Amino acid sequence: MSTHDHGHDRPQGDVALRGAGGTVGAAGVPARFEDPGLEPHRPRRSDLDPKAAKRAERQTVVLFGVSILGTIVFLAGYFLLPLGSSEAILRSNLALGLGLAFALLGIGTAAVHWAKSLMSDHEVVDERHPVQSSPEVREIAVKALQDGVADANVGRRGVLKGALAGSLALFPLTIAVPLIGELGEDWDVSKFKHTWWKAGTRLATDPDARPIKASDVTIGSVVHVIPEDLEEAEHVLDEKAKAIVLLIRLDERDLKPLPGREGWAYQGIVAYSKVCTHVGCPVALYEQQTHHLLCPCHQSTFDVSEGAKVVFGPAKRPLPQLPIEVDSEGYLVAQSDFTEPVGPSFWERLK
Amino acid sequence: MTTTTTTPTRTGRAAAATADYLDQRTSVGGAVKEFARKVFPDHWSFLLGEVALYSFVTLLISGAFLTMFFVPSMAETEYTGPFATQEGLHMTEAYASTLRLSFEVRGGLLMRQIHHWAALIFMASIVVHMMRVFFTGAFRKPRELNWVVGFTLLILGLAAGFTGYSLPDDVLSGNGLRITDGVVRSIPIVGSYLSYMIFGGEFPGTDLIPRLYTIHILLVPALILALIGLHLLFVVLHKHTQFPGSGRTDKNVVGYPLFPVYVAKAGGFFFVVFGVLALMGATMSINPVWNYGPYDPSPVSAGAQPDWYMLFLEGSLRLMPGGAEVVIAGYTLSLNVLIPAVVVPGLLFSLLALYPFVEAAVSGDKREHHVLDRPRNVPFRTAFGVAVLTAFFVLVLAGSNDLIATHFRMSLNDITGVLRIAFFVAPVAAFWMTKRICLSLQRKDRELVLHGHESARIVRFASGEYIEVHKPLDEHERWLRVQHEAIRPLEIEPAEDARGVRRKGYRSDALKQRVSRWFYEDRVEPVTPAELVAAHSHGEHDALEAVPVEQAPQLTGGGRHLVEPTDPDAGDRRA
Ligand code: HEM
Ligand code: FES
Repeated sequence: MSTHDHGHDRPQGDVALRGAGGTVGAAGVPARFEDPGLEPHRPRRSDLDPKAAKRAERQTVVLFGVSILGTIVFLAGYFLLPLGSSEAILRSNLALGLGLAFALLGIGTAAVHWAKSLMSDHEVVDERHPVQSSPEVREIAVKALQDGVADANVGRRGVLKGALAGSLALFPLTIAVPLIGELGEDWDVSKFKHTWWKAGTRLATDPDARPIKASDVTIGSVVHVIPEDLEEAEHVLDEKAKAIVLLIRLDERDLKPLPGREGWAYQGIVAYSKVCTHVGCPVALYEQQTHHLLCPCHQSTFDVSEGAKVVFGPAKRPLPQLPIEVDSEGYLVAQSDFTEPVGPSFWERLK
Repeated sequence: MTTTTTTPTRTGRAAAATADYLDQRTSVGGAVKEFARKVFPDHWSFLLGEVALYSFVTLLISGAFLTMFFVPSMAETEYTGPFATQEGLHMTEAYASTLRLSFEVRGGLLMRQIHHWAALIFMASIVVHMMRVFFTGAFRKPRELNWVVGFTLLILGLAAGFTGYSLPDDVLSGNGLRITDGVVRSIPIVGSYLSYMIFGGEFPGTDLIPRLYTIHILLVPALILALIGLHLLFVVLHKHTQFPGSGRTDKNVVGYPLFPVYVAKAGGFFFVVFGVLALMGATMSINPVWNYGPYDPSPVSAGAQPDWYMLFLEGSLRLMPGGAEVVIAGYTLSLNVLIPAVVVPGLLFSLLALYPFVEAAVSGDKREHHVLDRPRNVPFRTAFGVAVLTAFFVLVLAGSNDLIATHFRMSLNDITGVLRIAFFVAPVAAFWMTKRICLSLQRKDRELVLHGHESARIVRFASGEYIEVHKPLDEHERWLRVQHEAIRPLEIEPAEDARGVRRKGYRSDALKQRVSRWFYEDRVEPVTPAELVAAHSHGEHDALEAVPVEQAPQLTGGGRHLVEPTDPDAGDRRA
């Protein structure tokens, strides 16, 4: 029978409990198993076979050789390959990168291979001691502190201690106050509430600032718009970040103007702030059939036919509308600035 | 140090002389004695921290290269250079110098790409390293403070990545900053002022890039470097943890000496990590800013993704329904931004930072631990970790919902709807499932210890009964499965003492106990020797009934099985 394979006469309980000791339970059996101790070391091929060791050594040498080759490839690429066109740049990048990679991987793999196959792999056991210092050391440390406090003679001098703490707590203000004070420059946060649009400012194409005639805007089309005179602003990008507008022409029958905004559109042409009311990305994607504007950042979706109200996504407020009309030459112009702050919400937005 | 008995070679003599010179001036001998043969345990998962370390070194090397050519300025300039499509465009010096660095500096593009890949790998390895520390319980006493140091490194890593990503001033990075501005403005009361403080006035202003640059190349790296120093100091002080196994206890450390094995392995591994990053920089394009164009507040491209470690924030912003914004007494409170961008990440990160302290409190365990846990043996912790990861993963998915929608041709709105629910349901489901899996793995361990391996050998008894022969575990295999202790819920003292006086601190104890029950109520105890003996004698009973008497002593059965006795010393015959 198969179980006779081993000429084995150990009583079976012994198989389970070999080496067991420690607390012994009621039945004379220990409460927990005991650690059998480290497993015996198993030699590697290169430990037993000098040929394998020699082979490992040769492989290590070859790997270091690969590294040297890599450096040579890198230097050759650096000195020989021109830049100039995009293909040339990619070629140079590939050559230098591969050269560098092999230079490094050669060294790395050689060192690891060496360590794994040729260095001793006998595990070493070291003791651990509790992290806390010994009671004697602790006692000396406490004593040292007590002595120091006594030497400092501050024990009952409350005012002195208070003065020390107070001066230490206050002096960082000399650095923090001007730093914070200057970081915000003029701190005039009311600028959030105004844009470059004024009554009569022509709507112009972004980025080449050509004014737009109402007759040029066909139904269903979208124009990215900036104020015509934006370049005159002192900080062009700051103003542009607030003043960008989307101009969209709908079939007038599709348009449902909000109460009070009946005169804000011109023959189905509406202008809305392009700055998302969520956290400020440009709302750039327009879907003709649904009249939906989609913000690519977090997908807030605004319905242009109904006052750009939010139909989906994390934004709460509709896009602010820019009231427009045409001037005597037929160009689209703003009737005024936006009537509410554009872009993301902030605490005092409605104040 | 100079007493060599064999005749020294020339290099040997030179080395000895140098060592002697140094030691007389620095007493370096003491440090060498202390550290040279320090023992480190070996396991692949201990390399994760090293990957983080070496990608950080790679970041320093490639970053220093970039600083020589990058111009951190928002002054406007007109582009002239080899990249024809940008000819004559207005852009900031920052963007123009990034183009120059990519196209006109030999090796510049390589260094840029290596730097960016290294940043991504750095963050990935920190996160995976943190997972390894978490799931194995390496954060337990005495390492709680090192967990906090590591956590701070994670936050600093995010800061480094964010500030670096914003420097080239292309359309993508500018949009990222615009989102930052929107988030900052949503903070109650001080939001607008904070935004002014960051941008030096209105967005985008002309101050931001020089400011980010100082943070990116000086403040954050200096802090990271200092904290890595502290982190590794702690590792040396505590000595590295080790996985459970025979001979490995809380009182020893089993492994290989620092010199020479780890000097070679770890040193070599640095070159491997750097080499792999170089290979990535050589073959995989990353952040080709020339395709995006210089920053302008107007254009934006759909499908643009932030770096992966920011995706969860993006996803969190996307999932939040907009209705949450409220106006109170005329003041606007943008909960639709605050909750996803501040509260949710704040909660996730606080849970991570504080977990070791919570666990220490509710397990009541004050001992030092140097032998790691097998994740299955701590079902609550493992399940909790998986739940947090699941929440994080749902947010990452949400951050890519547009890509999912276009790739799988699904409706964006549907995906968002499903993910909104998943954010709440999936972590709970993951928690429950992981806990079940852990408990059943533990039961399987018990089964193995009690009844041994199935040997696939069927034996027929004279009575006609068939039985499979089981091979008992050798003592090393068994030890791995019985060495742990199952933590039990806290016992607390009663509310009133013997004289019926209400005890102070009872309520907080009771709370701890409730949490503790939640942590540790379900558990599987490891097999005790008594149970093993019982299992065997039970098996023997079966055997005795079934087989001829003279064979009985050789048969050690477990339950309905026969166990084949093997020589426990023959470790190499294990299945
Ligand atoms: C800058 C990023 C980081 C670097 C360079 C780094 C590096 C390292 C290295 C080389 C080790 C020793 C080897 C190992 O166990 O992997 C280590 C250990 C450790 N790390 Fe980190 N780490 C970083 C971030 C973190 C984070 C984010 C955490 C957790 C919040 C963390 C917690 C720990 C702990 C508790 C240990 C001791 C582990 C043990 O002894 O088993 N580290 N770290
Ligand atoms: S910025 Fe438009 S949806 Fe977030």
